[in-house]
Amino acid sequence: MGTSLKELSKKPEILTGGHRMCAGCGAPIAVRQVLMGAPDGVQLVVANPTGCLEVSTTIYPYTSWNSSYIHCAFENAASTLSGAEAAYQSLKKQGKIKDDYRFVAFGGDGGTYDIGFQALSGALERGHRMVYVCYNNEAYMNTGIQRSGATGLGTWTTTSPHGTESFGKTQNRKDMTAIAAAHNIPYVAQASISHWRDLVKKAQKAFAADGPAFINVLAPCHRGWRYPMEQTVELAKLAVQTCIWPLYEVDNGKWNLTTKVSKKKPVEDYLKIQGRYAHLFKGEKHGEVLKRIQENTDKEWEKLLQICGAE
Amino acid sequence: MAVNFKDINKTVALVGTDAVAEAMRQIDPDVVAAYPITPQTAIVETFAQMVADGKVNTNYVPVESEHSAMSAAIGASSAGARVMTATASQGLALMWELLYIASGLRLPIVMPNVNRALSAPINIHCDHGDSMGARDTGWIQLFSENAQEAYDNTLQAMRIAEHKDILLPVMVLLDGFIISHAIDRLDLVDDDVAKKFVGQYKPEDYMLNASQPLCVGAFDGLYGYFFEFKRQQEEAMRNSVKVIQDVGKEYGAVSGRPYDLFESVGLEDAEYVLIALGSAAGTVRSEVECLREQGLPIGMIKLRVFRPFPAKELAAALAGKKAVAVMDRSDTFAGGMGGPVFIELRSALYEEEKRPLLVNYVYGLGGRDLPVQLVNQAATELGEIAKSGQVKQMVNYLGLKE
Amino acid sequence: MNWDIKDIKDWDWRKHPRGGLIRDAGNAKKFKTGGWRSARPLWDEEKCVQCLICHIFCPDCSIKTKDEKMTGIDYDFCKGCGICAYECPHDAITMIDEAEARKKEEAEEGRA
Ligand code: SF4
Ligand code: SF4
Repeated sequence: MGTSLKELSKKPEILTGGHRMCAGCGAPIAVRQVLMGAPDGVQLVVANPTGCLEVSTTIYPYTSWNSSYIHCAFENAASTLSGAEAAYQSLKKQGKIKDDYRFVAFGGDGGTYDIGFQALSGALERGHRMVYVCYNNEAYMNTGIQRSGATGLGTWTTTSPHGTESFGKTQNRKDMTAIAAAHNIPYVAQASISHWRDLVKKAQKAFAADGPAFINVLAPCHRGWRYPMEQTVELAKLAVQTCIWPLYEVDNGKWNLTTKVSKKKPVEDYLKIQGRYAHLFKGEKHGEVLKRIQENTDKEWEKLLQICGAE
Repeated sequence: MAVNFKDINKTVALVGTDAVAEAMRQIDPDVVAAYPITPQTAIVETFAQMVADGKVNTNYVPVESEHSAMSAAIGASSAGARVMTATASQGLALMWELLYIASGLRLPIVMPNVNRALSAPINIHCDHGDSMGARDTGWIQLFSENAQEAYDNTLQAMRIAEHKDILLPVMVLLDGFIISHAIDRLDLVDDDVAKKFVGQYKPEDYMLNASQPLCVGAFDGLYGYFFEFKRQQEEAMRNSVKVIQDVGKEYGAVSGRPYDLFESVGLEDAEYVLIALGSAAGTVRSEVECLREQGLPIGMIKLRVFRPFPAKELAAALAGKKAVAVMDRSDTFAGGMGGPVFIELRSALYEEEKRPLLVNYVYGLGGRDLPVQLVNQAATELGEIAKSGQVKQMVNYLGLKE
Repeated sequence: MNWDIKDIKDWDWRKHPRGGLIRDAGNAKKFKTGGWRSARPLWDEEKCVQCLICHIFCPDCSIKTKDEKMTGIDYDFCKGCGICAYECPHDAITMIDEAEARKKEEAEEGRA
């Protein structure tokens, strides 16, 4: 399976045009790249928790999915899909169906880090052969930009607003990728839509894994992050270049840094073009948070380099 | 040709949970996703052992919560599998939103629910508050009087759920501890007979059909067709009355134990009637039979099917009766309206020209015992109501310390 | 399957598929989102080096390809986000005002 753009251009589109995600949304880019990593000749069952992707791709009587698809509720994409996978294993073993299937869930960070966390952890622990992809835009965007466990320190959202007494979100995001890795499943990765080859390769490995795989893909949302929509990929790239979103994988327990960053850009390069951080650039009061974000980023990056045995 | 049911049935002594597990073994569902909870746990334990011993083909998914149990059941059923799960009380409550999704997606999932009180305060004993709370979730609900019925209902539930005019999930209800944990004598039908009765499941629409990929759970949009889908669901529920009766008859033909929407004692000459469901029906029956021997014009109805509610049929059965007492093992907290069965029955009789007097006895909450003396007390009061033509108090608490 | 949903707004409740199932996978292709555009990407074939970067980044599957080559933009679905223009390493895609582009088109159609 190649990863040249020429080869990828020949892959059938599982997600069709005619979906109703916002113009310039990062999520469908993530979906397209992940599905380009699906093996040829297999059937797919896709699951979504409730969220932007779900409400925009399956508005009755239309579906944008050229595959089987299920949406059940918000907190249970992983458990719902694990049931479908269990059905497949059972029916296949009994000889009741012949085709080969793969199972893939696309959940937002709300449906993954927060409300869907338990169902995801359970499904990973049980070892279902499925790929769970978090298209991570760092807040609840479907309900209008509320903070989630994936929202970073200092971020403005409608439920972590800044004001005289607040600089935005007061907590750091949780490290969901590492939490997934702690389930000791065959494959875990952190990826970004900007680094398409890296992501497609990770998807290929995830689909090939003989058990659960988890990919956390940064997929910027210009509505919630407040930047010009044509810069969605650019933002994802800057997140990698500033090391705020490092790219790595945990392949059968082995941590590998998949994208080296030789000249780390300052986080301000990434933050200043986003309206959700504009308050941090207005005066001393909140400006000190920028320093904390940089320190956190440096600390996490160093830790990652160490775990990966990289320099 | 005459059937010798002795050859078909095997008499065994089992607790209710094992009786249900036996039915599950005979059904051999493709997927069971379940989570333990008292007093249901023994069902999934017994079944897990059957899986471990290779007695079934089932893929058993030991999920991390009831929420995931029903979610996985929905995923598996949508994929095209025959699916079962089991729960009780808090577990059922945790499944709440998914109960609606299972019925809304029209998935024929069968779930025994071992009736147990809902917290707070936490209480592990029997009442019907859990499943009565789920009465409007679009599930068919079959109540069982004993282990035999829990077993029989489970086999029939699969047929009812998968009927092409129905395609609704079915809850089989059995009283916690009273049925689930008491050893009972019952007859199991032969494996071959059971398998033939239940039949193969051939889903019409399913996700694992490569020739026609399926989108399940689409968003209804902003001005969609939700109303239309709900009307379809109600239609399926209406259709299920006849299907439940047909399946009950057919089951009678293969097992010697026919089933209907409800069964009765002495309705032909009774002037007043007690209505009960679940295990209490046994106690009520023995008392009613005893009183009839003494010459009292009393009868009883044991309600088996609570959803769909057999309103027309009950109204017809109660036509001309002077007074009816409804026994409810849960309350609705509606502020004096009484228990759920009472409310439904009262509504069902509204159209009748000559309505019987109605009285409600809420009993047995949190597992409070229902000794025969209490049934006698209710029967006596009911007799007085029939005679005097007056209901002094519509809603009564039977066995409450007061 | 090719599901005819022309009159779906008028359907009797009995006519809808049970539970809102959709048996026509990918039928959103019939739902054109091109009308959302306020800007239109214009592709300059001359400048294009066929690197296919635009294809991998388009959120709306609107970069048409054939035999490993970019062949144009699918205006039926393109929402005019400008990502392709921003990411094209060879400035082979430029964004123009959609309303003006339409006016021009209409004028040309009128002439033809
Ligand atoms: S990105 Fe630019 S150069 Fe590359 S294929 Fe697209 S239009 Fe051509
Ligand atoms: S403008 Fe946006 S939607 Fe249109 S082709 Fe370019 S990337 Fe795709």
